[in-house]
Amino acid sequence: MPLTHLTAGFLPLFDSVLLVLAQEKGFAAAEGLELHLIRETSWANIRDRAAIGHFDIAQMLAPMPLAASLGLTPIATPMITPVVLGLGNNAITVSADLWKAMADQGAQGDLAAGPAGAALARVVAGSSRKLRFGVVHQTSSHNYELRYWLAASGIMPDRDVEIVVLPPPLLPDALSTGGIDGYCVGEPWNSIGVATKGAHIATVKASIWQSSPDKVIGMRAAWADEHPDQVSALIRAIYNAGLWCADPANQDEAARIMSGAAYLDTSSEIVARALSGMLDIGGGVTRQVPDHFIPHAYAANFPWKSHALWYYSQMVRWGEVTASAENAALAAACFRPDLYRTALAPVSAAVPAADYKADGARAEPGEIEALNGRLTMGPDLFFDGRIFDPTAVDAYIASQRQSG
Amino acid sequence: MSSPDLSVLIIDENRIRASIIEDGLREAGHFRVAVIHDVNEVARTIEATKPDVIVIDLENPKRDTLEHFFSLSRAIQRPIAMFVDRSDGAMIEKAVEAGVSAYVVDGLKKERVKPILDMAISRFNAFSRLTRELEQARSELEDRKIIEQAKGILMRTRSLSEADAYALLRSTAMNQNRRMVDIAQSLVTAADLLGP
Repeated sequence: MPLTHLTAGFLPLFDSVLLVLAQEKGFAAAEGLELHLIRETSWANIRDRAAIGHFDIAQMLAPMPLAASLGLTPIATPMITPVVLGLGNNAITVSADLWKAMADQGAQGDLAAGPAGAALARVVAGSSRKLRFGVVHQTSSHNYELRYWLAASGIMPDRDVEIVVLPPPLLPDALSTGGIDGYCVGEPWNSIGVATKGAHIATVKASIWQSSPDKVIGMRAAWADEHPDQVSALIRAIYNAGLWCADPANQDEAARIMSGAAYLDTSSEIVARALSGMLDIGGGVTRQVPDHFIPHAYAANFPWKSHALWYYSQMVRWGEVTASAENAALAAACFRPDLYRTALAPVSAAVPAADYKADGARAEPGEIEALNGRLTMGPDLFFDGRIFDPTAVDAYIASQRQSG
Repeated sequence: MSSPDLSVLIIDENRIRASIIEDGLREAGHFRVAVIHDVNEVARTIEATKPDVIVIDLENPKRDTLEHFFSLSRAIQRPIAMFVDRSDGAMIEKAVEAGVSAYVVDGLKKERVKPILDMAISRFNAFSRLTRELEQARSELEDRKIIEQAKGILMRTRSLSEADAYALLRSTAMNQNRRMVDIAQSLVTAADLLGP
């Protein structure tokens, strides 16, 4: 049977790995799909080319389908995601100078978000100039994560520091030329900053909010409606790529594939750090980050509507969207667990029965009842101890307003 | 001549293409045109020229930076990416295919902006055509050089006349159903391997 051809956009980031493996290791072909992967130069291009239909599907930042559906983007085409490309993978990297100042203020170099944030707050309080941080796109997990970390550490993002937007591959250079003092980005761009610019990893996404989503497969809602079989096939291909990628025996091969010229175009040794979580954080120190990148375990590919709501709460918090029941409903509708369940029903995979879950209460991995069996869920603490309850989003937003 | 009073800013890392667009705008009667090659200069330029329309190439990795700057800027209060009228899907598609994107200050009438965007799109297309043709011409020149080299080798090693050497390459290519330049390339490579 001839394969159905899908054009897929992606950015050179480690967490495009499941999309790449789906094609390279035959998981797409096994589902009757051939993915034509196109590497893009900016998230703005991914957004626009997906919106006008140049791409059938694309690797997207988890908040991007929300931004499109909430009318924040130039071509306001409703977008959805039926599958998540794994959890984690980001870190916050600072310049050698800023790290020295943070260390003088008590930063331990253990990547824990709390102490690192407290040290940064003391540096910011004593600094004669505004420190400047880079993120990759305005409506990005990175922007919200960095802001969450800063605010919970007592630093007001728009008042105390400046946040600028640069595409991932330009961040290490901007750090070394003094344009910015730090950045929040996915791998391999933290490790590349450490390896080539003397930078230091200050903290990681896995410490700010454990087992949290970052990239998804995004597509036009209308396209998904018109191509239900291709959507299901794609979800299974990504799911199986995640299963393969999670096997430690396959890590070397996965790193080798991703290091290729068409993808990350960097050494497989640097690429492998994201998979193993063994990060060289700078100054000759290597740390094992628990659950740095989770390709499959902990229902990592399942699009929780509650996660969409968390992004919505942060869009409201930072003034991008007004709080309303209608906007909350639009945001939640972008994540489609129903499509995920439909796709995996024929293979009897265990999938969550609920669409929503609270985050911030689980300190250790634990089992939940699921459809077709039980699932182990990962720890999901926020570093400041807050709980996100999707049934009380307005109260969550109000409490964040009070704390500034 | 349309809306000659609009101020236009062109951001393009490709200097040649930027000047082609600039020329086109001036020919159409727009004299308030500014050109920059680096997004980092944009803050200063926007303050100075107060553009109504900003044209940027899609290959520019700093489009996200530019959009974020707009969201903060007081000079450009609420730029609308791409087009005044979001519903003009065909136009947007043409622009993206040509590799150009535009930002228009909110409130500008579509009919004032459209000629500028049409011009940018057609000049972008003309530029890629030109680049393709140049590339083709360059590779034809390369091909000819390789064939000349191969002819020289045949004339030297097999004491053939130039016409016979050419005929031999041609008939070999035809018999093997390959391009003459590929036969010539194999010959040159083989001769290199076999030494002087």
